[in-house]
Amino acid sequence: MGQLAAFIILSIVTLASAVVVVGSKNIVRSALSLIPTLLGIAGLYILLHAEYVAGIQVLIYIGAITVLILFVIMLTEQGTGARFRQVNEQVLAGVLAAAVLAVLLMAVFFGTTWAPGPGALPQYTAPAIGSTFLSSAILIFIVTSFVLLVALMGAIVIARRER
Amino acid sequence: MQLGLTHFLILSALLFSLGLFAVLTRRNVVAILMGIELMLNAANINLVAFNKYVAPAALDGQVFALVVITLAACEAGVGLALVMSAYRHLETVHADEINIMKW
Repeated sequence: MGQLAAFIILSIVTLASAVVVVGSKNIVRSALSLIPTLLGIAGLYILLHAEYVAGIQVLIYIGAITVLILFVIMLTEQGTGARFRQVNEQVLAGVLAAAVLAVLLMAVFFGTTWAPGPGALPQYTAPAIGSTFLSSAILIFIVTSFVLLVALMGAIVIARRER
Repeated sequence: MQLGLTHFLILSALLFSLGLFAVLTRRNVVAILMGIELMLNAANINLVAFNKYVAPAALDGQVFALVVITLAACEAGVGLALVMSAYRHLETVHADEINIMKW
């Protein structure tokens, strides 16, 4: 019961601020309301016994990506962008496509029952995630590290001023 | 009513649709990137929820979620570098005005 109440509160926070992210005319306000959205999702991860993923979500999404987005907004547009038109001519088609997708997905989710699997999550997931990354998921770990390195160099090369 | 898998799936479907709407209708490239972040987060909620409710014996869902978060950070870094580069050359960050490859 308490879990359901926590879920409802967290999903209201997440969805309400996601609507502001999507709909606000002021681009800085969109970027700032990304923060409560991501915090709500971190709370949902804690509700799902994924405390390590929740911590990484706060560190990387809220600590790094949101700050990066705010910096780029400040470096590119003069001001908040409220003087410019923020949406293109396809708002109606966009609403229609998003609504159709949402209805289809919800119909599938309501119509399917997934059998609960055997076993249970460990009480603390962080040590188990560490040993999974270093045993069965070692290839994913190495490739992801490599992609991270390439993205780092690519971002520097692309954003650098040419002489 | 007990909190179940369907609650999380419905929430992530709504979040994904909101992100899709932002990607389809926004003109500002940074706002489009924010929509992509919303969609990636919706996918992550699904991964972690399926891990808890359908396959709790292994932690593959959470591992995938961490990989997706890492790749989202890469995507944001490279994408925002591209935005900076395009702004420097074309003086615009609106996706419908960046059309110099259109003949």
